[in-house]
This record gives sequence, structure tokens and C-alpha cells, in this order.
Amino acid sequence: MGAKDFIGSLFLKELLQGMAVTASYFFKPKITVQYPEDKTPLSPRFRGLHALRRYPNGEERCIACKLCEAVCPAMAITIESAERDDGSRRTTRYDIDLTKCIFCGFCEEACPVDAIVETHIFEYHGETRGDLLYTKQMLLANGDRYEKEIAGNRAIDAKYR
Amino acid sequence: MEALILNFFQWFWDLFGLWDSIWGWFQHLWPLVWSILRIVAILVPLILGVAYLPYFERKVIAFMHVRIGPNRVGPLGLFQPIADGLKLFFKEVLVPSKASKKLFIFGPIVALAPALIAWAVVPFADGWVLADIDAGVLFLLAITSIGIYGIIISGWASNSKYPFLGAMRASAQMISYEIAMGMALVAVLMVSNSLNLSEIVRVQNVGRFADMGLSVLSWNFIPLLPLFLVYLISGVAETNRAPFDVVEGESEIVAGHMIEYSGMAFALFFLAEYANMILVSFLTAIFFLGGWLSPVGFLPDGHHWLALKVSFLLFCFLWFRATFPRYRYDQIMRLGWKVFIPICITWILVVGVWMMSPFNIWK
Repeated sequence: MGAKDFIGSLFLKELLQGMAVTASYFFKPKITVQYPEDKTPLSPRFRGLHALRRYPNGEERCIACKLCEAVCPAMAITIESAERDDGSRRTTRYDIDLTKCIFCGFCEEACPVDAIVETHIFEYHGETRGDLLYTKQMLLANGDRYEKEIAGNRAIDAKYR
Repeated sequence: MEALILNFFQWFWDLFGLWDSIWGWFQHLWPLVWSILRIVAILVPLILGVAYLPYFERKVIAFMHVRIGPNRVGPLGLFQPIADGLKLFFKEVLVPSKASKKLFIFGPIVALAPALIAWAVVPFADGWVLADIDAGVLFLLAITSIGIYGIIISGWASNSKYPFLGAMRASAQMISYEIAMGMALVAVLMVSNSLNLSEIVRVQNVGRFADMGLSVLSWNFIPLLPLFLVYLISGVAETNRAPFDVVEGESEIVAGHMIEYSGMAFALFFLAEYANMILVSFLTAIFFLGGWLSPVGFLPDGHHWLALKVSFLLFCFLWFRATFPRYRYDQIMRLGWKVFIPICITWILVVGVWMMSPFNIWK
């Protein structure tokens, strides 16, 4: 420590510099988002609650290829399939256990027909674990309910896909 | 003031026509009643201050973090301390089964009591003091030293590792900084030639600059600047506040001596910490910043000046906490023993020579 530093430390030079920094931040505009009233903007790629989509004619998109089940790193997806009367392959069971899901979006990426998607919904809750096991009916209902937003977000993001 | 309140009592009992009959025995009781009234008049604002200091701490630190801080409970979050207090009040006071029960309960009480007793000698304005004793500084040094027993007792009585470590750290740290604090006060006593706190303030209003109407330049903090800084920083260390909060050290020993405490027992430690902060701020203002004196001659002296100085010092406490990372334990010991004590001894010598020289400004 040189003489200059020694004198500086006796007069708390560096401590006062630090305090000047915090004092300047004291008067800066605050960045806190008042959550329930204000929300941060969401990306069209936001990965929230899952949904199963339908074609405009009402036919469900999912063809039970089970790619999502295979790719799911948390093994949250369970699919059983059977042949339908018209000869096409369809799921008889499509469960997502949201307590296992890590919202990585791989299912969405793996899907060849854009059937399973993740919506922008993140404010949902379950009061028991069972509430968070989403069945095929619940996922299809999500899809029906939010189809407009889902389609809109996909359209915005289409050119990057 | 005393006569005013006595007159109020007389008026009140006269409403029922009872004054003449009770005055016979009430006049013997009156000194006690008057003392209790004055104690209440000191403690109620103090407890309110202690309740709202954590709120301001959270706000100030939040602002320095570019956040907003508590703002949900009541307007601007102003009811937050009440909510916190109610929460602590309704929580169970857990006593660990292997703890020494009597000492475990006794610890927080010993921590809080001295922080409140010390207020007896603190002058708020000229003559506004509960006990205007001539050995005020000695009383303060004696009483505030007892506070450490609360921490040691509770750390030992918890019968658990981290509280014990916290208590060991606390005792070592507080003893080290007590010496530096005492040393810093020696020079104050030398220049003011008195142990009475009111007298120490009055002496700061004497001198060439005070006669010129600039009392601010004759306050102790200018000729005793190194000791002012030593006293302020030791005060931060003495109250175990950041950056000297190794006693709590939440990232190392969780919360030190407070780990095993819950509910009101924990609240007592909390009260003690903040009461000590306010006390140290008052003492710094009285010893070095001219207490209730107005900085310039044309504005009247008064308790509002003391309040202003104390608010600034308390803000500094919060400011330090938002700015500095925690000292390492050996650095704390080095600062106390190898920096502060030599500075104090040097400046006591300087002041001694100064007072003996023709340039003595304290005559």
C-alpha cells in the first residue's frame, strides 16, 4: 500500500465512492413490475400450459405418433392409441402430468402436426396433485378455448420456424 | 411541564370533586407517577421508531436496489410493521427440548433491557433528560456493555452449534469494538471536561465559530474527525449491523444466536437490535454532532435538530448495509485492534498536545 492509498483509506475514499454509487441508484426510476396489476410482455414462444389443437373442421390434429412421449425428458406424457372406426390411428389416452413437466417445449418441437402446443397461460393452479394431471379432454378443451391466441402466436413466429 | 400535568390531574379529579381528598396521599405518589410518565414519553416514541425502522430499512435498501420495497399493506406499505408485529406476536415461542429453558427465555430479555435502560441519560433537548446525572457517559458504557450478555446467554442456552458460534463471534467482536468506542470517547471527555451528556452538548456551542453564529464548525466532529469516524463505524460493529454482521452471518451460520428463537422471543432480539441502532445514532449525534444545537446561529436550537441528525445517521446505517459486503472475521478483528485503537491513541495524543499548546480552542 503506497502512501497515497494509505491516506485515501484513512479518509475512507473507496468506501465513500461505493456509497456514492448506491446513493445514485437510490434516485433512479424503479424497475419493479407490480405483478397482479402490471405484467411483463410475453414472447410468442412463451411456454406455459399445454393444449391439444384441432383442425378447422373439428378433427383433432394428434395422430398418436408418440414422438412427444418419446422426446419428453421428464417422461410427463403418457399416450395410448387405437384404430378408430374410420381406420385412422388416434389416441385413446393423452395425459400430461404437469407436476413432472419442466416446460422445455420439446413436445411442441417434436410434433409433426402441431397438435400439442404450449400456450401463454401460466396462471393456473391445482389444489391436489391430481388437479395437475391433464387428460386428453382437458388438453383439447384448452386448445378449443385458446385456439385464437395459439394460432396468432404461431403466425407471428412462423417466419422463424 | 410538570406543573402543567399536575394541573391537568387536579382539573380531572376536580370534575368529580375528589381532588382535595386524594391529594393527601397522592402528593407522596406524585414523583413516582411523574417518573413513569416521563419513561412512557421516552419509550413509546422509541418503540414506534423501532417498529418503523425496519420498514424504512426495507424501503431504503429496496430503493438502492432499484426496487420499490414493501407497498402492499396499507398506503405505501405503511402498515407493514404492524402486520409483521402481529405475525410475530401470534407465533408460538418454541423452546428446544435440549435447551436450558430459564436462560433461553432470559437471553432476549437481557439483550433488550440495556438497550432501553440506556435512554435514561440521553438528553433530547436542553433539560429534556430523564436522569441528568454527572456520570452519564460512564453509565452508558456500563449499561450498553451488558447487552452482549443477552447474546452470549442465548447462544449458550440454545445448546446448538450455530447459536454458539454466533455468540462466540459476538462476544469477541463487541469486546474489540467496545475498546475502540471507549477510546474515541476519551478525547470527547478531554475536550468537554465533563461526563454529563447535556454538558458535552453545551460545550460544543462554545468557541470562536459558535460566537460567529456558525455553531456547526465548533462541533466535535471537526477537530475530532478521526474519532468521529471510528465511533460511527464501531457503533455499526457494536450493533452487529452490516457490514459487521458476522454474528448473524446468514450465509455462514444462518442467524447466529437467534436461530432457535421464534415468536416474541425473536421479536425481542429484533427490537434490541433496532433500539441499539437508534441509541448509537443518538449518542453519535450527541458526542460529535452537537446534539440539539442548531448548526447556524439564526435558527433556534431544539429537539428537531437532534431528530434530524439522528435520522441522517440512521439513514447511514441503512446506506452502509445496502453498499458494503460483509467483512471477513479476521478483517473485523484486524480493523478493530490494529487500525481503530492506534488511530484513537494517536488522536488522543494529538488532542492532548493541542490542549496544552497556545492553539487550544476548547478553553
